[in-house]
Amino acid sequence: MILLTTFTTEIVILSGIFSLLVLDLFFLKKKEPSERSKIIGTVASLFVIAATLSLLRSAHTVHALGGMWVLDPLVIFFKGVILAITFVTLLLSMEEIFTPHVSEYYAMILFAALGMLFLISSEELVMIYVALELLSVSLYILTALHRGVERSQEAAVKYFLFGALSSSFLYFGASYLYGLSGATNLTLLGEYLRTLSMPLGPEQSLLWVAVAFILVGLGFKLAVVPFHLWAPDAYEGAPTPVTAYISTGSKLASFFILIKILLISLSPMGGTPLSGRFEGGWESILAVIACLSMTLGNLVAMTQKNLKRLLAYSSIAHAGYILVGVVAATKMGIASVFYYLTIYAFTNLGAFGVITAISAKVGGDNLSDFSGLGRRSPPLASFMVIFILSLAGIPPLAGFFGKFYVFLSAVGRDPKGYGLMWLVAVGVANSALSLYYYLKILKQMYIIEPTDQTPLKASRPLMAALAVSALVVIGLGLYPSPLLSLLNAFMNYLPFTIPS
Amino acid sequence: MNCVSATFWTSLIGALLILFLEKEDHDTIKRTAALAGFVCLLFSLTAYLGYDLRQGGMQFVLKRPWIPEFGIDFHVGVDGVSLPLVLLTGFIFFTAVLISWNVKDRPKEFFILFLTLVTGVFGVFVALDLFLLFVFYELAVLPMYLLIGVWGSTRKEYGAMKLTLYLLVGSALIFIGMLALYFESGLRTFDLLQLSQVHYSPTFQKIVFPLLFIGFGVLGGLWPLHTWSPVGHVAAPTSVSMLHAGVLMKLGAYGCFRVAICLLPQGAVFWLPWVAILATVNIVYGSMVAMVQRDFKFVIGYSSVSHMGFVLLGLASMNPIGVSGAVLQMFSHGIMTGLFFAIVGRMVYDRTHTRDLDELGGLSGPLPFANFCFIVGGFASMGLPGLSGFVAELQILIGTWRRYPLLAALTGIGIVVTAAYILRVMHKVFYGNLGEKLHPLEPITPLEKVAGVILVTNLILIGLFPSVMVNLIYTTVEPLVRGLFG
Repeated sequence: MILLTTFTTEIVILSGIFSLLVLDLFFLKKKEPSERSKIIGTVASLFVIAATLSLLRSAHTVHALGGMWVLDPLVIFFKGVILAITFVTLLLSMEEIFTPHVSEYYAMILFAALGMLFLISSEELVMIYVALELLSVSLYILTALHRGVERSQEAAVKYFLFGALSSSFLYFGASYLYGLSGATNLTLLGEYLRTLSMPLGPEQSLLWVAVAFILVGLGFKLAVVPFHLWAPDAYEGAPTPVTAYISTGSKLASFFILIKILLISLSPMGGTPLSGRFEGGWESILAVIACLSMTLGNLVAMTQKNLKRLLAYSSIAHAGYILVGVVAATKMGIASVFYYLTIYAFTNLGAFGVITAISAKVGGDNLSDFSGLGRRSPPLASFMVIFILSLAGIPPLAGFFGKFYVFLSAVGRDPKGYGLMWLVAVGVANSALSLYYYLKILKQMYIIEPTDQTPLKASRPLMAALAVSALVVIGLGLYPSPLLSLLNAFMNYLPFTIPS
Repeated sequence: MNCVSATFWTSLIGALLILFLEKEDHDTIKRTAALAGFVCLLFSLTAYLGYDLRQGGMQFVLKRPWIPEFGIDFHVGVDGVSLPLVLLTGFIFFTAVLISWNVKDRPKEFFILFLTLVTGVFGVFVALDLFLLFVFYELAVLPMYLLIGVWGSTRKEYGAMKLTLYLLVGSALIFIGMLALYFESGLRTFDLLQLSQVHYSPTFQKIVFPLLFIGFGVLGGLWPLHTWSPVGHVAAPTSVSMLHAGVLMKLGAYGCFRVAICLLPQGAVFWLPWVAILATVNIVYGSMVAMVQRDFKFVIGYSSVSHMGFVLLGLASMNPIGVSGAVLQMFSHGIMTGLFFAIVGRMVYDRTHTRDLDELGGLSGPLPFANFCFIVGGFASMGLPGLSGFVAELQILIGTWRRYPLLAALTGIGIVVTAAYILRVMHKVFYGNLGEKLHPLEPITPLEKVAGVILVTNLILIGLFPSVMVNLIYTTVEPLVRGLFG
């Protein structure tokens, strides 16, 4: 019974995976790939909807399996977000056929979803390991599935090599933590570290190695500078729906687990990033990483000619903005991170959705393929404008509010001393800088005349998905209060104590 | 019904209505835009007539919680500083729609963006919450990029990109200043009226004042950050130049006053003498550069830089008469420059297809109405008595003389050169021989005449009866400035 109320969502997804594999194997082998894709995609989406509905009935605040598995309203909310992301990804996938392995493709998407669902529920190192690998391996395979496109294979190999390396960093660091404390549970680990007398004794060097390795490992997953090198290639090479999935779902889940590991277990190792009182620790390291990510991501994005690559660098920069909220390390900061991640997920899904629709028809995703979109498809172009301006942080769109919240909470960490003002200043300057390349996309769509004037149309489900994302982006920008108060209420469920 | 917030709701609703109109139905689209403009004008006139002079202060105030988590309110209202600017926006909005009746390329998108832009402008002038003001400010800047980039001329992509980037770098400075005010006050509110009651420490004021003043000053055309403005004005389509030079630059000056000076008076005392010097450079440099231009539109572009210098100088004088002159100059210059761009872009360029001063000539014959408008606008620009420019500049000069006598004397150069370039342009464009290439010219349309008459009337009315505006401005500015600077 406990099993049912606690794992329902995951069980629904898992049964979805098996049913669509069986369905494809026994009933659909004779049909055309496009038809198979429609049928299997629909079945997969139905299972995702069922899983979302099951969330409504799932138990609140469960600590099952000796604290390995946690369910609280915050986790349940983000499981909902992850399922929504998966649902939109499925809709995008049905737009274009890029592989004959239809059922395997959809199964892998659901496996990745399963990995994320497990990941954000786990508070134990081994469990995190299993979930993260489930997620990553599915994503490596998905990246490679763009049949006949060489850069897809290249991207997958790169992604896999970097990913495997980063995992080994992460678990090497984790093994030191285990060796020191004898615990793999995050809460127990945290308690152990707090019992150590400060300043630390001989364990110190080992602890720092562990912190550094964990940061490197998670840095790869988040694609922050200097661990970002895989991202542009993987984003460009992967099929566009998969890119959308990597840049939203996987990023969200990785940030979730970053916050858990750092704030539950490693909070004594934070140091301080405040100017004038600078002290080494993960907070100060992350502050520097945030600076680098924002600056390098934005600068390199300016020179890109391929839109997916450009958005890859933009997502590196956005990871930097989000880290500013993590560095703030207050309740408000963490709430701002979650707010930002939710908004970012919808914005980016929308942007990649438009790219999917266009590249399916035009056959490319370079910036030049988007010229004259304002004439060729006014609705798609105006959706793109909304998503791009939200990414650029222009009010009254939700992206602006996300940035505002993150920066506000960063200054709020030390309101009288302005200790994090330097980081906020870098962030705001970057935000202005980034406008250049976002405007370049607008220019391509509206100012540059197209060589081919034929109108473009996207399928109805895709348009519906885009419209919903656009509404979310506008709605949460104009009226962010509901989501804000929801997230603020969730902050009471955080498994660690931090200043508000 | 709050007629102050009704202004921007009207233009927003107008934009949404156009969104649902048929793309090909050009006439309905334009009529909808014109109707929105007319209703906005009526609302701003209602506010003007309904404003109680004896009571003064903020009126038509409306306050609703918006994002209570951060103390952000939907808070609007007007006083004698913002009301003239709301009225100005109403006039320019309506006339600019009339002037852009000949837009043929994608009018639907054009007017949606145009009305969005106007929504932002109205919003900034009536917002009494710093966050709300910032949101409207960005809303007013961004549509500009596409309006110039798609419908503009002469180096439009460069002009559009330069303008947008300059203004958004400015808004980044404002953003940081805004966060600093929020935390330093300790009130956890963005309400401008509450923030203005706070006494910030002198060091804080000295550090944050330049952030806010430069941030808004970029849009106000402060030298040496003005270079986006002539380029942008020239590249923009006519009605957008009207709105841009006429109203948008005032947004910057308004922000400088409402946010930077009103919230941080001690910072203002420290920095404004330097601003006064820059503003004098604006006046003299702008007029001299205008003198040597070959492109008609560039002359007007640089004349805006020069005239905005007067506004900034008036604000920097820190006494009631100077500030009151600055506010009146914003109104007067807005109308005047709107008129100029209507003449250059629509009445002259759309007919002759050249803006080169050497190719133009003798237009007073075929286009007497344009000539008439230019004479009134030009004389107002020179500061001739009987027109609004005189009233405004006189006040500014009196105010400046009391604090910076040397600078007041130096502006004399600017005034002389202004007279010279206006007469030069008038001579080159409207008198002399009508060029061969310029035949035949279609006559001025009735809609253009309506727009021209509305704007000209404003200039003359305020010139002859300054009290219609000055009383309104002075009742607010006098106590406000005395309160700030003693």
